[in-house]
Amino acid sequence: MTEGQVLYKGEDLLEMEPEERAQSGLFLAFQYPVEIPGVPTVSFLKHAMNSVRKAKGESPLDAFEFKKIMDARLADLRIDNSMVRRPLNAGFSGGEKKRMEILQMALLEPELTILDETDSGLDIDALKVVADGVNAMRSPDRATLVITHYQRLLNHIIPDRVHVLAGGRIVRSGDPSLALKLEESGYGDLVTAA
Amino acid sequence: MTGEPTGLLHTGDAASLPGAGNTWIDSLRQAGARRFTGLGLPTRKVEDWKYTDLRALSGSAWDHPAALADPVETGEDASAVLVNGCWTRGDRPLPDGVELVSLARAIEDEDDVVRSHLGSVASLARKHFVALNTAWLADGLVLKVADGVRVDEPLHVTLAGAPGAQRLAWHPRNLIVLGREASLTLVVRHLGTGDYLANLVEEVVLERGSRLRHYRVQDDSPDAVSVSTTEVKVAGDASYESFVLATGAGVGRNQIAVELGEPGASVRLDGACLGRHRQQLDTTTVIDHAAAHCTSREAYRYILDDSAKGVFQGRVTVRKHAGGTDSHQSSKTLLLSGRAGVDAKPELEIYADDVRCGHGATVGEIDQDALFYLRSRGIPLDEARDLLIGAFIEGALETIGSPVAQELLLDHAMAWRTRA
Repeated sequence: MTEGQVLYKGEDLLEMEPEERAQSGLFLAFQYPVEIPGVPTVSFLKHAMNSVRKAKGESPLDAFEFKKIMDARLADLRIDNSMVRRPLNAGFSGGEKKRMEILQMALLEPELTILDETDSGLDIDALKVVADGVNAMRSPDRATLVITHYQRLLNHIIPDRVHVLAGGRIVRSGDPSLALKLEESGYGDLVTAA
Repeated sequence: MTGEPTGLLHTGDAASLPGAGNTWIDSLRQAGARRFTGLGLPTRKVEDWKYTDLRALSGSAWDHPAALADPVETGEDASAVLVNGCWTRGDRPLPDGVELVSLARAIEDEDDVVRSHLGSVASLARKHFVALNTAWLADGLVLKVADGVRVDEPLHVTLAGAPGAQRLAWHPRNLIVLGREASLTLVVRHLGTGDYLANLVEEVVLERGSRLRHYRVQDDSPDAVSVSTTEVKVAGDASYESFVLATGAGVGRNQIAVELGEPGASVRLDGACLGRHRQQLDTTTVIDHAAAHCTSREAYRYILDDSAKGVFQGRVTVRKHAGGTDSHQSSKTLLLSGRAGVDAKPELEIYADDVRCGHGATVGEIDQDALFYLRSRGIPLDEARDLLIGAFIEGALETIGSPVAQELLLDHAMAWRTRA
């Protein structure tokens, strides 16, 4: 970051601590989620949810309320219950880690989600879980920024707008057909045009 | 160094100690006194004491507990409670085949087990605190488990320190003897307030095929110096498993020496030292593979904050005829502050062929990527740190074989995170 600001709902994101960003409704799905042996996934999820709720002035969920919500999201996303009984991301396959990111998104219900290359290294089943998770969250008061190099994910998450970023600038914007066109002709033309 | 300026040793009182006048106990005490007079308190010039600073023991003179202290509320339901090193009560019914009495009484009664084992396991050689303890041999507990008796439910013992406004030193001695094929789980809890030196010596004799799980929570007063010496003789096919959780004392030293004397003997020495402020927490172990086909495992974990200091010295000796030895040792440290530090010194002395011996030591800080990940999900910094520290603690305590003891120690260790 050399200059400028990143404003989110009028606040400078760069001035905020990571937890404050999350508490204000931002969710970043990691490309390579960290493995944290020793932290049980379930208690982490409950802790995260209650931290965000607390910041919003909502009362914390007790174990029973939390489990009800978690079980519902697991079922929505067709994620096996055994995954949340393991330590957080520890020994998870690439696909499992991405599913875990999407489960966290579904539980935290962010207003803005950023999926950073979430499709890299994903098999088609995991890709569908990610896409279904994102599609289920779509609503007029939520936004999702999907960062990808490929059309593949966009077959499952149909974008409202497509922006092409090259050399640190948005060089072209358009509807979903722009992504399709790029898949055929490549980025070369756009980059030289920029 | 000769003599001893701090008043830790004054032999004038020996005549009032239990059993005084009986040659065997008198001569044992005299040997201890002579030894301590020769050795004095260890300084950092003594190899074994290079990393731990005992200057807290100097200063104003030490008194010794006059008689039984007033009853102290320890908040514990224990089978035996020692206050200031003196037996005060044992108020839980004991399982069949288990005997637990005060050492003072056992000495007066000239108990056979005491006569044959007291002073036979804990050697006076080079051991400053054992010598001092022996000079003062007076009270403590004698725990015997009869042949073949197996007890699952842990036995609880509390050692409480309550010197009031005085500066007291006490030297309890515990003698633990498990008969053939006997097994027991023992949880010893140290706690206290005020300025004191608790110099505990435990002698443990494990006969053939027996098994002792020996757990300790050292939560002594922050102003105390707490030295615990446990010396163990393990017979064939017997096993000794120890876990020491140290959170207390200004200076805490846990020294364990285990002799694996016959084939098939095994030992597991584990522990966690959780220190902050200016605490010094020292673990010094000696494992002697004196027979073939014995196994030893050692894992100590340290979490050190502020200016706390950890010491791990682990010596493993494999004698010439101890082929087939299988030994592994590890120490891991999590430093929570740039001022905290640890000295880790593994020492392997291997004189036999055909042995498997390994060791490893790591020192690290909180994983910043993990911390960022947790925070990025809305968890505040302090809580994210606590989660990661908790994960380290859980990993450290997972080898505790008794579920009841594990839960007890885990609760204590987790509560340490939020203590001032």
